[in-house]
Amino acid sequence: MTQHASVPAEEFMPRRVTGWGRFGRLVMADKKALVGLVLLSIFVFAAVFGPLISPHDPNDMAFDMILGPSLAHPLGTDDLGRDLLSRLIVGTQVSLFVGISTVALALVLGVTLGVLAGYFGGWVDHVVMRYIDLQWAFPNFIIAVYLVAVLGTGLVNVIVAISLAFVDDFARIARGMVLSIKEEQYVAAARTVGASDFRIMWRHILPNATAPIIVQATVSVSYAILGEASLSFLGLGVEASTPTWGLILSESRSFISRAWWLGIFPGLAIMLTVLSINFLGDALRDFLDVRESRDY
Amino acid sequence: MTVAAEMDRPTSKGPAAQTEGPLLELRGLSKHFPIRRGALIPRTVGAVKAVDNVSLTIRRGETLGLVGESGCGKSTIGRCILKLETPTAGSVHFDGADIAAFDGPQTAGFRRRVQAIFQDPFSSLNPRMKVAEIVGEPLIVHKMEPDRNALDARVRALLDVCGLSPRLADRYPHEMSGGQRQRVGIARALALRPDLIVCDEAVSALDVSIQAQIIRLLEDLREEFDLTYLFIGHDLSVVRHICHRVAVMYLGKLVEISESERLFADPQHPYTQALLSAVPVPDPEIEERRDHQVLKGEIPSPSNPPSGCVFHPRCPLADQACTETVPELRDLGDDHKAACLKAGEPPTFQPTTAPP
Repeated sequence: MTQHASVPAEEFMPRRVTGWGRFGRLVMADKKALVGLVLLSIFVFAAVFGPLISPHDPNDMAFDMILGPSLAHPLGTDDLGRDLLSRLIVGTQVSLFVGISTVALALVLGVTLGVLAGYFGGWVDHVVMRYIDLQWAFPNFIIAVYLVAVLGTGLVNVIVAISLAFVDDFARIARGMVLSIKEEQYVAAARTVGASDFRIMWRHILPNATAPIIVQATVSVSYAILGEASLSFLGLGVEASTPTWGLILSESRSFISRAWWLGIFPGLAIMLTVLSINFLGDALRDFLDVRESRDY
Repeated sequence: MTVAAEMDRPTSKGPAAQTEGPLLELRGLSKHFPIRRGALIPRTVGAVKAVDNVSLTIRRGETLGLVGESGCGKSTIGRCILKLETPTAGSVHFDGADIAAFDGPQTAGFRRRVQAIFQDPFSSLNPRMKVAEIVGEPLIVHKMEPDRNALDARVRALLDVCGLSPRLADRYPHEMSGGQRQRVGIARALALRPDLIVCDEAVSALDVSIQAQIIRLLEDLREEFDLTYLFIGHDLSVVRHICHRVAVMYLGKLVEISESERLFADPQHPYTQALLSAVPVPDPEIEERRDHQVLKGEIPSPSNPPSGCVFHPRCPLADQACTETVPELRDLGDDHKAACLKAGEPPTFQPTTAPP
C-alpha cells in the first residue's frame, strides 16, 4: 500500500474525557450548574424521603393557627394550624413528579410529531400543523382545564392534561429545527449512503436539534408545576388533602396580608426548583453541543 | 498490501454488474423547480429550468468533468444522479437500468455502487458524530460488517487509504482542518467500494495547496479502486488536470462535450471559448498579450430563458437564426459535440490557453 499524500503533522490533541465523566467535569467547572445540581439534589432528597424527614405530620392540625416562623416551626404554620415546613417537604414529591413527568411526556409526543411533520412534509405536515395551530389558538391552561374536565381529576389525569397542553410548543420547535437541518449536506450524504428515514431522523437530525428543545423543556417544568397549582386551586387537581406546592401557594392567597410566610416559602420552593433545572439544562445543552465544548 | 486486503473484503455489488455499455447515461434529463405564488391557494406561476433536456454518458473508468457558472444546473444533475432529486422529465440509467424504477433492495444496491463527495467539508459531516461513526455508517447501514472489531479495523484502513491517521477516529469534525475533513468525506464515499463517485465541487472550498493534495488522492484512488468519477467543478485548470472528458453547461443546457485536451485546445462553442479565455495564464508576459473575450451582460434567469439558443443575448457570433432555432448537440467528429449553429465554422476568436 502506497502512502498517499498524507497529512503531515499530527497536531497536539490532549486526551479527551468523554461521556458522563465529561458532564461531571463540566458541572464542576460551571458554578451555575453546580448550584443547580446541589439545589436539585436537595429537592430530590426531600421528594424521596419526604415523610421520613418532615418534622411533623403535614396534615396534623395540632398547632396554633398562623404562627410566624419560629424555632418550633421554622416556616410557621398555616390557617388550619399545620406545620408549613412539613407540608412543603412532603409536597416536593408531587410537585417534582408532576413537573418532570409532564414535560417528559410532552417532549416525547411533541418532538415526535414535529420531527415527522418537518421531515416528511406534505400531508403529514398539513395534518400535524393544523392540529398544532388549533391548539395554539387556545391558552394552554384552558386546554388543561378542559382535559381534566373530560378525563376527571387525579394525579395521572392532571399530568396527562398538562402535558397534552404543552405538546404544541415542542412540536413547533422540533419542526422548525428539522426544516433547517434537513437541508444540510450531511443529511444528503446520509441519504446517499443509503440510511433509512428513521436513521436519518434519529442519528442525524435529532442530535443537532437538541439545544432549543432542552431550553423549552427546562422552561416548561416551571409552567407544569404552576399548572398543577392552578388546577388544584380550581379544585381540578389532586385531592385537597395532598400537600403540593401549588396548592399551598393558592391557599395562602386569602392570608397574604397577615401571613407573608405562607406565600413566600412555597413560591421560593418553586422558584429554586425551576432555577436549578434551568441551570442544569444550560449545562446539558453545552455538554451536548460538541462544537462549543471545551476540555474540562 | 494489508490495507488493500482489508479493503477487499467481500463487498457484494448489488445487482449483477454489467461490463458492457456506459456506466451511467442521462437521457433527456430535465429538472424544473416550480415557482409558487399565493399564500392560501398556491398556484404554479412558472418554473426554474435548472436542468433542461441534458443527455450524456459516463463511460466505465473515465472521469467526466462537468463545468459551468454557478447556477447553471451542474449540481442539480449530480443530485439527480444520486437520487436526491426526482427528475421532471427524462431518466438516469445506471448500468443500463433506469434508477427511477428501482424497488427497495435495488435502490440499496444502487446506493452501494454510487457515492458522493460533497463540496463543503464543514457541512457535509454531521457535527455530532465522530469520524469513526461517519466513515463506518455506510458499512452499518448496509450491514456489511456486523462485527464491531472488524468494523473498527475497516474504518481505520479506510482512514489510512485516505491519508488520515487512525488516531483521528475519535475526533469530531470540528476538531479537524478542512483538508482532513474532506479526506473523511472521501473515506466515507469509499467505504462501500462504489463504482461511481459524484464529486460535487469536491475541492472548491479548499485552499489551493490542500486542493492539490486532495486531487492527487482522488487520482490515486481512481487507479487503486477502478473508480469512475463525475467531477463537478468550476475551476477549469483542476478539471483539465483530472478529467478525461469535459462537458460544459450553460443555463441548464449542455453546450459542449469533448475529450478533455481537445476541448481545451479547440473549443467550438462561443461560451466555452469565453470560459477558457477567463482562465488566467500563470505567465505575466503571455497574460499581457492575451486577447480576452469578456462576455457582455448577465446570465439570464433560468425561469425565463431566451428564445432559440439560450446563449444568444451574450454571444459575439449570434445572428437572427440564433434567436429562433434551438441548437441541437451536433457531432463534430472524434466524439466532440457542441450545441451551436456556428460550430464547425472557422473560429473568429482563438483563445490563448496555458500550455498543459
